[in-house]
Amino acid sequence: MFISHVASVTAPLLELSGISKRFPGVRALHQAAFQLHPGEVLALIGENGAGKSTLVKILTGLYTPDDGTLHLNGTPTRLSSARDAWTAGITAIHQETVMFQELSVAENIFIGHLPQKGVRVDWAEMKRRAQELLDQLEVDLHPDERLKNLSIAQRHIVEIARALSHDAQIVIMDEPTAALSQREVEDLYRIVRSLREQGKGILFISHKFEEVFELADRYVVLRDGEVVGTGAMEAVTQEDLVRMMVGRPVDQVFPKVTVEPGPVLLEVENLRHPTEFADISFSLRSGEILGFYGLVGAGRTEVMQALFGLTRPSGGTIRLEGQPVALARPADAIQAGIVYVPEDRQGSGAILPLSIRDNITLPLLREVVGGWKLNTERELQRSREYGTRLDLRASNWGQHVEELSGGNQQKVVIAKWLATQPKVIILDEPTKGIDVGSKSAVHAFMGELVQQGLAVILVSSELPEVLGMADRIAVMRSGRIHQVFSREEASAEKIVAVALDTPLPEVA
Amino acid sequence: MSRRPHHREWVLGGLVLSLMLLIGVRAPVFLSWESLDALLTDVSILTMMALAQMLVILTRGIDLSVASNLALSGMVVALLGKAAPDLPLLVLIALAVLNGAVLGIVNGGLIAGLGIPPIVVTLGTLSMFRGLIFVISGGEWISSHEMPAAFLDFPRERLLGLTHLAWLALLMLVLVHFLLKHSRIGRELYALGGNPKAAVYVGIPIARRQLFVYTFTGAVSGLCGYLWVARYAIAYTEIASGFELQVIAACVIGGVSIAGGIGSVAGCVLGALFLGVINNALPVINVSPFWQMAISGAVILAAVVVNSREEKQQGKRILPVSEAPHG
Amino acid sequence: MDKSVRPQDSARVIPDRLPLGLKEALLRWEVLLVVLLALVIAVNSSLSPYFLDLYNLADSTVNFSEKALIVLSMTLVILCRDIDLSVASIIALASVGVGLAHQAGVPGEVLPLVGIAIGLLAGALNGWIVTRFAVPSIVVTIGTMSLYRGIAYVVLGDEAFTRYPAEFLFWGQHYAFGLIPLEFLIFLGFALVFGLVLHGTVLGRHLYAIGNNPVAARFTGLPVDRYRLGLFMVSGFMSGIAAVLLTGRIGSTRPNIAMAWELEVVTVVVLGGVSIMGGSGTIPGVVLAVFLMGMVTFGLGLMNVPGIVMTIFIGGLLITSIALPLVVRRLTRS
Repeated sequence: MFISHVASVTAPLLELSGISKRFPGVRALHQAAFQLHPGEVLALIGENGAGKSTLVKILTGLYTPDDGTLHLNGTPTRLSSARDAWTAGITAIHQETVMFQELSVAENIFIGHLPQKGVRVDWAEMKRRAQELLDQLEVDLHPDERLKNLSIAQRHIVEIARALSHDAQIVIMDEPTAALSQREVEDLYRIVRSLREQGKGILFISHKFEEVFELADRYVVLRDGEVVGTGAMEAVTQEDLVRMMVGRPVDQVFPKVTVEPGPVLLEVENLRHPTEFADISFSLRSGEILGFYGLVGAGRTEVMQALFGLTRPSGGTIRLEGQPVALARPADAIQAGIVYVPEDRQGSGAILPLSIRDNITLPLLREVVGGWKLNTERELQRSREYGTRLDLRASNWGQHVEELSGGNQQKVVIAKWLATQPKVIILDEPTKGIDVGSKSAVHAFMGELVQQGLAVILVSSELPEVLGMADRIAVMRSGRIHQVFSREEASAEKIVAVALDTPLPEVA
Repeated sequence: MSRRPHHREWVLGGLVLSLMLLIGVRAPVFLSWESLDALLTDVSILTMMALAQMLVILTRGIDLSVASNLALSGMVVALLGKAAPDLPLLVLIALAVLNGAVLGIVNGGLIAGLGIPPIVVTLGTLSMFRGLIFVISGGEWISSHEMPAAFLDFPRERLLGLTHLAWLALLMLVLVHFLLKHSRIGRELYALGGNPKAAVYVGIPIARRQLFVYTFTGAVSGLCGYLWVARYAIAYTEIASGFELQVIAACVIGGVSIAGGIGSVAGCVLGALFLGVINNALPVINVSPFWQMAISGAVILAAVVVNSREEKQQGKRILPVSEAPHG
Repeated sequence: MDKSVRPQDSARVIPDRLPLGLKEALLRWEVLLVVLLALVIAVNSSLSPYFLDLYNLADSTVNFSEKALIVLSMTLVILCRDIDLSVASIIALASVGVGLAHQAGVPGEVLPLVGIAIGLLAGALNGWIVTRFAVPSIVVTIGTMSLYRGIAYVVLGDEAFTRYPAEFLFWGQHYAFGLIPLEFLIFLGFALVFGLVLHGTVLGRHLYAIGNNPVAARFTGLPVDRYRLGLFMVSGFMSGIAAVLLTGRIGSTRPNIAMAWELEVVTVVVLGGVSIMGGSGTIPGVVLAVFLMGMVTFGLGLMNVPGIVMTIFIGGLLITSIALPLVVRRLTRS
């Protein structure tokens, strides 16, 4: 705490004031302002979609803000490329893996600033420095190994090594522990602390409160693109932070509707895949929400895609209402009544350049228009019916989906599937990166669905969401379901322990 | 595991070698020094062009205008040689390279500067460059007696037993090898082709790299323009028309992925050699040269299919390889 | 959109569509093409007294009708993010097939079917390789481009097929009412069909969906690969028809028939406002581009400009038509 005390009197390393950034239909950041001091860890907290990623991209030169100023060591600075950012002394571990499959570990660490001797790449120097960084991280990786042979966690270590390879004054860590095992997390903590001791400023972004309380000296909370709170970690509790993040008391966040579950709708037995998952068995009743929790890369999405006919499993049975179904392609799944709202809303959910109307009617267009000839009136009818049920906000039904906010885009994707009148709806990270309002609309809607007798599978990496919405929670790790908790027995600690494969922390 | 990428080149190399031996069994003359020397000379231009094209394809681009660039640059130097026979050869060659590079900058500028898809830009310049040849030459043919002797002789002159043409190809091979394996630019080309989005994150100047590769192919096309005109001792509007497809074919056969980020000098050279062997062998084993086109088509398709299996996305491989007992 | 949570107003009604602004309507690509076309016609008719002659004009359509047929199918292929560079080679292959069939004694009335069937098969092979092995269509069709024309060379060498029967020549040489070439009418008919299918049917909407986001289209249950295979077959089919018309018109088959047409066809498609990245473009747009190119070529021809020089103009038109909007956008932004 001594260090953070000193930090508050020295000049800030980084000072943001009035930073704003807009995208079509979204106000990503509005008048954001805070300071980062040397020798402190500043936690940047906020829900998905609160503007954290945009802020990181501004600080790393990938976006230029529409408004506001950025001071580095007291001098106003403009960052217009990634190169600008690191020459100014800012480096980041990005949330998305920024990796090059065909290159070696050492090259992945130094790409963009490969050490040179004359016009040549200085391989010896590069490998030496890569080895140093890897040693510092205490991982057993060879600098010559090709990246494509590495596991997801190992790749993440390489990203961390890359960030450290710039001798930067400011290190941004955007959810650095998302894909790490417990031991690796401990290593990371050690690194963060040593960086702090070296007098660097660390902007630490995490969803895990225990990490934030463990590491950070101060916090900044973002909500809907605005800074809604900042202060010292000692002065707040977890409840305070959550309240700031969501802007209302915690217990109202999840409008859980408890429905008496009906008969078993979906039964999956020993579903397996050669490389992605094994031993997947579970059942789902109508009126039930089954949560799937796990780390990124635990195999949840892969299982769901098999249930939707996108990938072919190597064995196992899927029964719907007691009847075995063969799902060779998505059309089969839709026909059977299983639909899938993918995680990547913009890439594989909605067709952004098409209109809301076109998106909603797409899966069953022939049935909607009653033949091969398009019929705008019938399409509009269908769009109105389902769009309105989801409380969609748009200027008109012909508006292109790309102009909508993330939350409304998600509503379009869900409306599209509801119009097919499914029995089972799979929601893969349905509220990732959408605003609070849309988020609760989606949650409320899940309640409506189960009341109507649908069964919902909710894949989510957000512990509160799974705990708040699901009736049962299946926890996956390394391609297998390791445990299924009932709502009553589930707790954040137990679930995380299974997901991370660590012993349950002792109750204090 | 990390040795695997070279596997493809060995297979292709073995294929080329056994093809040559097979032809040699039927017609031993094919393996004579003269014949091999001719083969080496014949594939030199294709090899140089394919190596340059590989750099473009590595960045997920394509340059369809290379053959038109070659022909235009060739015509420019042929006209210069005709008009000013006393100009030193080195100056002429430099002008050919410069001319090609300028045309390449036009491509690169439109692609990197305005963000127009490479296929559209180079399709357009393919037509424009070709048309310009007609304009500057008035549709005339420049034949051997109109060009200076030194100009004509250079490609076929020998140094230590090999033709200048072959030496130039070897030089290019070394240059591109160095560029790709040992220069920052080269490594960044692999990175930006493999994952363009991530390339922005790590600060690779994408537009500058694109401008570089198109300028480089342009310059190589310019050089090859001179070599082509001198070697075949003729320049006219249609020379090398359709050659761009052979160049791309050599890359594809050599395992350069049109999706970017994958390709090697060895593969590319072997791809060019493969096409060269087929072209040179057909007359030797008494097969009509009209088979040449169909065979290269079939070879391209075979290469595409074979490579597709190697490149296939293998998923994330979530399950542990050895099923660990704990868990 | 303001992101903050608004009070629920259940009476919120979303209008079906917004009235199209005049500015957007005028800035449509098709409008630009119409203006260009009018400009070309005005310039041509002022430069040459022969341009506006009805017979000349009608006759000039034969020079682009065959290409224009392939433009239609290429539009759909490019719309769905593929490309077919083998179309001209399919013409050569189909034309050779017709010649061989004729030699084998197949009657003139049946010959067109032979050509079309070969085109369809050649297109099916393209589509099969592209979808079965998941390889970029540009590489595959560069390969088949070589293969198909190569087969034509193997069969013909430096010979040619000639002396086709009149029943076959009819398709390429007949003039309706003694004025309008049958070829042109066939093109107009197909243009109408393609336009109706793309803009008025479920199929057309599916193609737009695939072109704009093939992954999302697959995730919505559309059989994306089957559509792509189908489009390559359509491309082969149209090339087959073009082969029949072209062979009939010139009355002979040489292996270099329709050489390098693929580039011209792609140029017209892009000029017609179809994005090479897929997802956008209209049939009226490409039909206008066909006329524009036809009139430019015809006009330059009347002025005795050699064909090869026209290629400069065509290439330049292609690049400027794409570059200009980008430059304007960049200038207006800064």
